[in-house]
Amino acid sequence: MLRKGLFKKPNNRLESYGDEVEGNSFSIPEELVLSCPSCKRILLVADLTANGYVCAKCGAHFKMSARLRADFICDEGSFLERDGGLKSGNPLQFPQYGEKLKAAMLNSAQNEAVLTGTARIGGSACAFFAMEPSFMMGSMGTVVGEKITRLFEHATAEGLPVVGFTVSGGARMQEGILSLMQMVKTSGAVKRHSDAGLLYIAVLTDPTTGGVTASFAMEADIIVAEPGALIGFAGPRVIEQTIRQKLPAGFQRAEFLLEKGFVDDVVARSEQRAYLARLLLLHGGAEGGR
Amino acid sequence: MMQAIDRVKRARDTKRPSGKQFVQQLFEGFVELHGDRRYGDDKAILAGLATLAGMPVTVVALEKGADTKDKLYRNFGLAHPEGYRKALRLMKQAEKFHRPVVCLIDTAGAYCGLEAEERGQGQAIAENLYEMMTLRTPIVSIFTGEGGSGGALALAVADEVWMLENAVYSVISPEGCASILWKDTSRVAEAAQCLKMTSEDLLALGVIEQIIPEGKGFEAVYQRLRASLPQTLRRLCALPVPQLLDQRYQRFRRIGVE
Repeated sequence: MLRKGLFKKPNNRLESYGDEVEGNSFSIPEELVLSCPSCKRILLVADLTANGYVCAKCGAHFKMSARLRADFICDEGSFLERDGGLKSGNPLQFPQYGEKLKAAMLNSAQNEAVLTGTARIGGSACAFFAMEPSFMMGSMGTVVGEKITRLFEHATAEGLPVVGFTVSGGARMQEGILSLMQMVKTSGAVKRHSDAGLLYIAVLTDPTTGGVTASFAMEADIIVAEPGALIGFAGPRVIEQTIRQKLPAGFQRAEFLLEKGFVDDVVARSEQRAYLARLLLLHGGAEGGR
Repeated sequence: MMQAIDRVKRARDTKRPSGKQFVQQLFEGFVELHGDRRYGDDKAILAGLATLAGMPVTVVALEKGADTKDKLYRNFGLAHPEGYRKALRLMKQAEKFHRPVVCLIDTAGAYCGLEAEERGQGQAIAENLYEMMTLRTPIVSIFTGEGGSGGALALAVADEVWMLENAVYSVISPEGCASILWKDTSRVAEAAQCLKMTSEDLLALGVIEQIIPEGKGFEAVYQRLRASLPQTLRRLCALPVPQLLDQRYQRFRRIGVE
């Protein structure tokens, strides 16, 4: 595998991995260490995992798979998946979409870009969803829309609050207009859940953009964001192309949205469990559902 | 049959009547109402009250502008959050006074600018989808030209959605699709085809109820709309509100997984 900086003159012995150090150097298998994309420091994967995928040095929040998210937030063994068997077809016969779906399934070990089910958080029963960043960047097609809609409909019928973690590049292009329609479909289900007097808390994680921001991510009673998460409608590159200038640092980040009044708070991953448990209790949790 | 890309060209044709012209042709005595009562007045969205065959209606139209100066004034029909909030304010008003809402859609999309993001473009669109779903009065949306993604959708949560024959409606522009998916802007025509964005495609997919045929001029279109709109609105107004809302929910609920 080609390494970054291969053609750079080494500044010191550690940076060099040419002939001169071979023999007396030790190597760490790549799967055990990685470099933090934010502060560039080397982290042990074991430490990172134990720390909930947050860099212990700079506090950067790494992307987290939907399953890990459920394990991390929900009470042990309480998560019960729903509609896990739903898989996308290729409704518009879009070229290469079938192959992309297969690759995404292999890559994420999930059938689709959202995991839904019921769970308990701090003893309170809730409906729970987490989007999957490694499945086509959490994009919303008909199956994601259907699973979210079914989850809200189930929560409405059972009188459960909903806690959801978003991460998404937006609507899934390969399903064309059908994915756009999922924005309305999910919004309708969220509205019915809300009209039934039930609580919905959304946690927006990096990145949450496009059609997900412009639908169920922004429709919660309480919206919080993970530190540093990119949250917006248009992506930064599209905006820069439109206005033909560089965006200021921190633009569309969680802290910026807090400043502009679009999220209730920025909550670090380590605090989220207690935070969610407290809010669920404040809304009559613990006894759990009807 | 015409290629999808030719439809896109027709839909964007600057000689096509703009939202304002449709408002003038279809309704009588239009009274424009301005502003979202929160931030400002978005010129890309023209909204107000009018009568249609004697019936009071709330009209919301995307307006791209006529000449260069007007286009700049209207921001080329690319709305900011305050535009969608103005539209929602007037739809809520329509609900209060039990009059139906007609939306006329012609936009490349919601504006992708710095200030639009700062003022919550995503939140504004989300709120429209959320509130329109249970708005207790009929809504009919008509695509007259371009229907660009979320920016068009924010005015298209309706009981019936109609499209002019040469209008298009898509999740992304064919240019955007070709550039993101294939990193090749020369494949725009292919992208337009794949996206299934023509009125015939959308009728077949069950996303719209009706195609309004276009002849040589637009006189036939106006006539057809003047005749069918009042009929449809009266039929929808006669429905009990819970039934109207349930039908609206199911209209979108059924799209996707069988």
